[in-house]
Order: sequence, then structure tokens, then C-alpha cells
Amino acid sequence: MLVGSNITFRVGSKELISDISASFAPGGLHLLVGPNGAGKSTLVKVLARLLRPQTGTVEYEGVDVSQTSEAELAKRRAVLSQAIEIAFPLTVREVVMMGRYPHFSGRPGPTDEQIVDEVMEHFDVTEFKDRYYQSLSGGERQRVNFARVLAQLWSHSAVDSCRYLFLDEPLTFLDIRHQIDFMKRIRSFTKDADVVTVGVVHDLNLAARFADQILMLNGGRIVAHGTPAEVLTTERITHVFGVEPTMVQTTDAGIHLIFN
Amino acid sequence: MTAPRRQLLLIALVAVTLLVLVASIRYGAIDFSIAEISRALASLLPGRPEPTLDQRIFLELRFPRAILCLLVGASLGVGGTLMQALFRNPIVEPGLVGTSSGAAFGSALFFVLGGVFHIGASLWSLPIAACAGGIISTYLVFLLARSREDGRASIVMLLLTGLAVNALFMSAIGFLSYIARDPQARSITFWSLGTLSGANWKSVEIVALTTILGSIVALRYAKQLNALMIGEEEATYLGVNVNRLKWIILSVNVVIVAVATAFTGVISFVGLVVPHILRMLGGADNRFLIVGSALTGATLLTLADLIARLSVRPAELPIGIVTSAVGVPVFIFLLRRRQYVF
Repeated sequence: MLVGSNITFRVGSKELISDISASFAPGGLHLLVGPNGAGKSTLVKVLARLLRPQTGTVEYEGVDVSQTSEAELAKRRAVLSQAIEIAFPLTVREVVMMGRYPHFSGRPGPTDEQIVDEVMEHFDVTEFKDRYYQSLSGGERQRVNFARVLAQLWSHSAVDSCRYLFLDEPLTFLDIRHQIDFMKRIRSFTKDADVVTVGVVHDLNLAARFADQILMLNGGRIVAHGTPAEVLTTERITHVFGVEPTMVQTTDAGIHLIFN
Repeated sequence: MTAPRRQLLLIALVAVTLLVLVASIRYGAIDFSIAEISRALASLLPGRPEPTLDQRIFLELRFPRAILCLLVGASLGVGGTLMQALFRNPIVEPGLVGTSSGAAFGSALFFVLGGVFHIGASLWSLPIAACAGGIISTYLVFLLARSREDGRASIVMLLLTGLAVNALFMSAIGFLSYIARDPQARSITFWSLGTLSGANWKSVEIVALTTILGSIVALRYAKQLNALMIGEEEATYLGVNVNRLKWIILSVNVVIVAVATAFTGVISFVGLVVPHILRMLGGADNRFLIVGSALTGATLLTLADLIARLSVRPAELPIGIVTSAVGVPVFIFLLRRRQYVF
């Protein structure tokens, strides 16, 4: 269970998020939506403890993360971000192996090697494991990064401990085929009972289709938190995004938004 | 690039380094045959007769110079690798961000003030003065290059500020050498172009200590430096305390480069070229790069020193002339190939 209480984060005198409290249960996909500047990315970074809020706390299973060391946290918390550039010639396998860095000191052990091979197979990147990351296309690169992030969370560190996956707009710059493919993979990983997944996605239709819970933000505050059907109403979207959608009920009991 | 191949590469580099070392102690203003070298080394054993003049030249001048050259080359190579890893950019080196010229200024100031105030110089005073100068100039460059908006130093600002701070410190050295009485401090060529002609066993001891300790510390952080290659945020997500890492690596870098500079003057471009050669040979893993750049830096600087000694013998060129002649074209090539936007 991930719990954020009364979180406020400021840069200078500007409050990017104000007094946000929300909890996120394992086994579901939680997506944050909202217009630009709503504080989605800031909230994800606070929950992942890259940023430390001026007030409020973030707790992983009741333990305040501000008390945990970077190294400890990295064993059960991973973040998938957007388009990573590397200025040096690293092979795909070397990049994926970085996901195991929190789990070994010195040289990787046989378990690490095995996990890296498994995730590379899982993300269909085994065929270019010896190619340089720089030589890959955007979609291929993001598959490699996803493999790296899951390598970090692949093994259960302790029986009663959750694993935390954060998505910081990982679908930016990807084409529609990759976006859907990624959401499917994220969803299948999120199904594990001990995985808490919180992410930012820009496309409301992707959020509607794949999220278990949606948290809508506007101006640094929570507007609504619930299932896609509860949160994504015509009035609320019109109010928050300033564009009126037409709702279409799809055959698989989902909703689809059309903007005119 | 697989681990066994990298290991083979490192073994090959050790062999090349040893080979170059042998050449370096054999050839110079006068040449020594292998037999003469072994007789000179044997004269150190207890119960042997006093070494002859030639043997003493070998033992007190040629041999320490060759060893110092290896150590300084290793320092500059490792320093280049650390700087490039830290700034995630293959185009920085200690000489370009002010560390070397600041260290040279610190040493020159020490010579001058030592002469004026009659400061009792202990073995470590010179290296400490060099480190202080190196810290001040490096800090100055980063302070001035930092953008006002987000506090980050862009590479263009870094290089330009480095250029300005280098010029400032070199002119300060010029002034010091003008007013200095100490003959070594008076040699502006020594500080600006570097030379190994002042090598002795004392300097070897000090540089050996900082180079070896610095490289060991750097090696311990190689994994964290690898994580830094994919970005500061990403490295944090992988469990790296990025701020702490930056401070440790910058400190190691300043110490090893400043101490080397204190005894040899400013030698540019070794730190830039060495990591590139290695990345082309064996990829970007910093564990490999740190060990490899120590060996390759040692080899390249020894070769440069051989050229400096043999090309105009029995006189010699400042070694910086040789390293710059090779390094500048490489630098320009890299700058153009990477197409930085100014």
C-alpha cells in the first residue's frame, strides 16, 4: 500500500501540488490525468521520492520513505521515464543489467544474469542484446528501458513487502502501436498482487481503457479519484480540460472519448 | 563487448605499458643497453660496489623519470575518465575545466611565497598548494558556468568558462614567474607546457600515493558512475546518491590531477584522448575504463615523453607540445562529429 498524506511541493513560492492525500492499493493500475501544469509529474516524482515535499509524508507500507536510504529504496521501487539519451556506447544488455545494480555489489551474480536474460526475452530485445543502445529506434529503446526497470523489480525482496512501479510519461514520443503494446505489458505486470503502479499518461482514452483507478488533478489539487467511469464524466472533463467530449460506450464495457 | 574480451584487452594493455616503459628507460640523451640497466639495478643490492656515474644517472634521473611519467599519465587518464563520466559528456577533461591551470598556479605561488616568506617547505607542502589551487579554479569554473535558471552547467558554458579561467590562471602564473627568484618557478614553459625533467624519487613517492589511492576509490564508484550514464534522475532511481557521488569523484579528480600537475606542469589532452581510445576498443563500462585509462594514459604519456626526449636530443621538448600536437586534432574531430549546437 502506498499512502501520501497532505503533500505540498513548492518551487520558490509557487505551489506545484497542494495538500494532496491519496492512497494506492497493490494489484491495480493507478493513472494520473490532468491538463499541463496540473502537477501530475511532480506528484509521481514525490511519490517515487525523487522530490522531497515541503510538507506531508509518503509511506510505503506504513514506513515513511524520507527515512529510507536511496540504496534500500531502489531494491523495491523503480521508475520508467520518457526517452533516455545516453552519450556513451552502452550495449542493450549493459543497460538492462543496470536494473540489477541495486541488488548486487561488485559484479553481478548468476541470479542477476538470469533475470536480465529473462526480462530481455520477455520484452523481445534479446535479438539486439549486443547492439549499442544509441543505434536503436525510439520504440526499441523504450522496450530496453522497460526491461531494465522490470529487472529492478523482478524478484520479490521480502514476503510481506510490496514493489512500487512509477510511470513518468513513458509513452511520450511512442507511436500508437507501441503505446498500446506498452500499456498491455504494464497492465499484466501490475496484476501481481504485491505491485503498486502509479503513472502519468497523457491520452485520456488510454487511461480510460487501461486504468483500474484514475486520479484527476487540476492546478495542483485532486479533482476526482475513482474508477474510469466515475472520474471521466462529460461535465468534469469539460470543466478541467476546457474541451467538451462525446462519450461512446465500447463493446468491451469501456468508455471512449471523442473530442470535436 | 564481453567481459573476457575486456580482460584480454587489459592484459594486452599491461604488456604494452611494460614494453613502452623498457623503451623509455633505455633511450634518451644517452642510451642504456639492457645489460647496463641490469648492472645499474644490481648495484642497489647490498654488498655491491658503489654505482658508477652512468649508473647513477640511470638510477637517479632516467628511472624515476620513467616511473613518474607512468604515474602522471595514469592520473591524467583516470582524471579524464572521471570527468567525462561525471558530466556525462565525452568532451571534458581536467585541463579544460581549469583544474590543471589552477593546480599549476597553486604550485607556482608556493614557490614564490616560499622564497619571499622563507616558509619551511615539508614534503607535502607543494602538493597541498597544488590541490588548493586546483580546487579553487575548478570550483570557480563550475560556479561561473552554472545557469541561473536550473543550476546546471551546460557543456558550452563549461568549456568557455574553462577557457577564460585557464587564461586567467596562466597569466597569473606568467606574472609569478616574472617576479620569482626560484629558478623552477621562473620557467613559464615548465608550467604552461609541462615537462618531466624535474623527476626524482620523492616526487615519484607522492604521485604514486595519490594516483594509486585515487584510482582505487574511483574504481569503487565505477558502478555508480555507470548508472549516471543514463541520467541523474535515473541514477537516483537506481539507488545512487548523486550529490555524494559528484563530490567524491570531483575530489578524487582534483587531488590526482593537481598533485601530478605540481610536479610536471600542465599537460593537456591526455585526459581527453585516452577514454575515447578505450571506448572505441572496449565500450563504456567505467570499471574497464578506469583501469584501462590508467594503463593507456601511462603508455601514451611515456611515448610522448620519449618523443620529447629523442626528437631534439641531447636537448628536449616540453612534453605538452607533443601531447597537444596529438590531442588538439582529436579534440576538434570530436567537437565536429558530435555537432554541438552553440
